[in-house]
Amino acid sequence: MARYILRRLVTLIVTLIGIMVVTFFISLVVPLDPLASIAGPQAPQETVDRLRILYGFDQPIYVQFGRYMNRLLHGDLGTSFQTGRPVIEDILQYFPATIELATLALIISIIVGIPLGVLSAVYRNSPIDHFSRVLSLIGVSMPVFWLGLVLLLIFYFKLGWFPEPGRLDIMLIEPQRVTGLLLIDSILALDWEVFWDALKHLALPATVLGLYGLAGIARIVRSSMLDVLSQEYIKTARIKGLSEFLVLTRHALRNALVPAVTVIGLTYGGLLEGSVLTETIFAWPGLGRYLATAFLTLDLNAVVGGTMLVALTFSLANLAVDLTYALLNPKITLAEQ
Amino acid sequence: MNITNALDKGEARRQRWKARSRYWKDSLTLWRRNRLMEVGTGIIVFFLLVAAFAPLLATHDPYEQILSDRLQQPSMQHYFGTDSLGRDIFSRVVFGSRVTLTIAFLVAAISTPLGLVIGVLAGYFGKAIDEILMRFSDIFLAFPKLILAIAFAAALGPGVENAIVAISIANWPSYARLARAETLSVRNNDYIQVIRSMGASNLRIMVGHITPMCMSSIIVRLSLDMGTIILTAAGLGFLGLGAQPPVPEWGLMVSDGRQFLVDQWWVSTLPGFAILIVVMGFNLMGDGIRDILDPHQRQS
Repeated sequence: MARYILRRLVTLIVTLIGIMVVTFFISLVVPLDPLASIAGPQAPQETVDRLRILYGFDQPIYVQFGRYMNRLLHGDLGTSFQTGRPVIEDILQYFPATIELATLALIISIIVGIPLGVLSAVYRNSPIDHFSRVLSLIGVSMPVFWLGLVLLLIFYFKLGWFPEPGRLDIMLIEPQRVTGLLLIDSILALDWEVFWDALKHLALPATVLGLYGLAGIARIVRSSMLDVLSQEYIKTARIKGLSEFLVLTRHALRNALVPAVTVIGLTYGGLLEGSVLTETIFAWPGLGRYLATAFLTLDLNAVVGGTMLVALTFSLANLAVDLTYALLNPKITLAEQ
Repeated sequence: MNITNALDKGEARRQRWKARSRYWKDSLTLWRRNRLMEVGTGIIVFFLLVAAFAPLLATHDPYEQILSDRLQQPSMQHYFGTDSLGRDIFSRVVFGSRVTLTIAFLVAAISTPLGLVIGVLAGYFGKAIDEILMRFSDIFLAFPKLILAIAFAAALGPGVENAIVAISIANWPSYARLARAETLSVRNNDYIQVIRSMGASNLRIMVGHITPMCMSSIIVRLSLDMGTIILTAAGLGFLGLGAQPPVPEWGLMVSDGRQFLVDQWWVSTLPGFAILIVVMGFNLMGDGIRDILDPHQRQS
């Protein structure tokens, strides 16, 4: 196991360096002069030239790359052209909102997805199976930005059940920032009004994202559950006289969940990318919206920093999945030796 | 089959023909057995026909702006209503099918061959080449696909062509992975050894004897990916990083209608509905194709 973890960590480092190279490459292919947009259209040539030297764009590519890597390795992501603040500060401010949203979405998709998958495997071809199949199909086929708009239209504009887009009511004061997650911070501050309001604001965007995640989870749980249920030891458990509930939960589900772990990890990555679109719709002040704005305005440092952080989170999630998987399924580490 | 038959070219051709027609007949049976796949294929064929006959189906010019007719409700005149510039939304959705399907098919046409070549090369030669090519694709796989596509689309500049390139860049690594795995599984088979001992070059073995073995899994994967490709393209359009106005791209149309959501719901929701249906069609068809090409399924 130790060897496996070590090997995975080495791969992670190689990947991280690769991520830095790719993001550098992204900033290279930009055809527009980013300086022109910083300086403004009326700026005299000498201002642009001075900026060019200031940002180091006058150097040959390998020098730029060397400086870039040097900067990154020292944890310096540069300054955002848009906000005028260090990108790292921007990210630290916006990232918790995305984590909060994505995590709640993942919780929703797990809480709904797993029972749905189990039920549709146990009652195969029953109405609940069909329902779950249709829901999964819609979940993977629905454009998240469209679902977001439709839900806003129905539940905010027409019915008024949920609050306006955003993270918190304007009239409420954010609790003292500890984790940056409003739900947790408000609990720490014992501010139930904020907690409740934050939860209501989270409900729609988290549902939108959660539906997407739910589809994959319900599907994989169903198929692995069907696999497990046809095994001999399930028959043995039944013959032993165990109640059906115990057979399902203690014997079948435990093994069926192993493949689901992989999908849950992948889902988290999917939620991160989904957050770019969902946050744009729900005016959610998170990393996704920050990235979308950065992409649109070609705010290079913000693009590079944000993309890198997303890739890093994605890679860490994958690593966590692989390790959990190895823990649950010893065959994987055994193959290593 | 005895040895004389095997050497008789005419007989061999007949045998091959028989095997092939049996394969297609089985496929047809499996296709007929799968009701959902029939629905999916139906949807795709429907949209292909719409795209092909768009000028005949459209009731208005999708680009023509009649400002006096702006934001009209769906009616017999304008089936889906009109947008903020007085353009007929139905006609724009009809013409939009061309944009969407073109993007999807071009991305498929660019990213699968690319992934196939890289994957087969890596799997066939192994060692250093494998290591380099696979680490290279790992780097791309470290990004969520949509983020990578958005980043490249933004860097290359907005527009349909750049969106196609960007989505292809994000997509090829998974095909390379798959092709490599398939290549590894057939590389040391006896039949490859036989061909090699007969003097076939590496290129010939790769093109003629390994690539065909990768095709079925690549096709399955691609058909399952088609929906995601369309969703990515629509997402790019929605963010303003894909198709640019006045192109009637569905994602862009959803975005255009956002500010009129409350009172003119049709501007935004109807084009989005078209995305949902076409993606659903591809997903249903993809599931079906997977079942049809799956050898386990064929046994039964």
